Amino acid sequence: MTRVPVERKVLSENDRLAADLRQGFLQQGTLCVNLISSPGSGKTMLLERTLAAFEPGRHVAVLTGDIQTDNDAQRLARYGFPVRQITTGGACHLDARMVEKALAEWRPAPIDVLFVENVGNLVCPSSYDLGEEARVVLLSVTEGEDKPLKYPATFHRADLVVLNKIDLLPYVPFRMDLAREYIRRVQPDASIVEISCTTGVGLDAWREWIEARYAARAANLSSVRSSGNGNS
Amino acid sequence: MHEMSIAASMLEAVQEESTRRGAHVLAVGVKIGALSGVDAESLRFCFEALVKDTDLAPLSLEVEALAWRHRCRQCNSDFRVEDYRTECPRCGSPETEMAGGNELEFAYMEITET
Repeated sequence: MTRVPVERKVLSENDRLAADLRQGFLQQGTLCVNLISSPGSGKTMLLERTLAAFEPGRHVAVLTGDIQTDNDAQRLARYGFPVRQITTGGACHLDARMVEKALAEWRPAPIDVLFVENVGNLVCPSSYDLGEEARVVLLSVTEGEDKPLKYPATFHRADLVVLNKIDLLPYVPFRMDLAREYIRRVQPDASIVEISCTTGVGLDAWREWIEARYAARAANLSSVRSSGNGNS
Repeated sequence: MHEMSIAASMLEAVQEESTRRGAHVLAVGVKIGALSGVDAESLRFCFEALVKDTDLAPLSLEVEALAWRHRCRQCNSDFRVEDYRTECPRCGSPETEMAGGNELEFAYMEITET
């Protein structure tokens, strides 16, 4: 019997597809945002508020994942932007193949910002790279401030943590200072915004974050194009 | 519970490596980091359940659990993160970065040539 080294990632096939997707997004100048949270934290509501605020001509699109039903796609389609539902039929997370397949069948016009709403779950989506540029984790104040410590794998990979439903703070024993401390412990580099999709407070900060990431993406795109032309 | 799909990806990789090397695989070794989002016991359960019905059986799974580690950007010491404390235990700097714990790697196979 001999031991032979393999040294490959278990999810190397997913990572390979995700790398292809990332390269495609980069070339097309698309900012892809992977939105992760527990069920009921307000991902779809946040997307509704976000879509409602974009100018009608803006190239924004949403891929929304659920185990069953196209309820979310129906809610999001009202805002006039392209929306497509991925129904996983049981899987508790989206993977790169599902995103690739949905985009290949869908072929939306060039997209500036693509939101991917993951299946509501704070565990499984964390292992699957979807080729996104930014990972956003939502946490609502009704869930309790210790979620970052209970689900460190998910919060550790967050670029931005959105603390939602802050209009409910007077009614729940949620300590914002502790929530921020726990997020910082698990991922010191994550940005944090506090919002309420009901009252609209904080949504400007969220939109500014998206636009700043988009502007950074557009700057990368021009450098990719100029190096492609042999000008770099 | 995504350990079942992870176990399925592992078996695919084992099939591939075993065909490529023309060898019979007796065991596979994986490294699982504390922040990989994968539970070792649940993975073992799923792996065994899937292997049972294939021509790879019996195939055992050997798991190496890896700790969450950070490295200090100031004094360069490498330390294990305990109780979510990511500041450097040696110099006290909060400027540290991840040095391990995300692993989900297929590390080795025990094979017999056929």
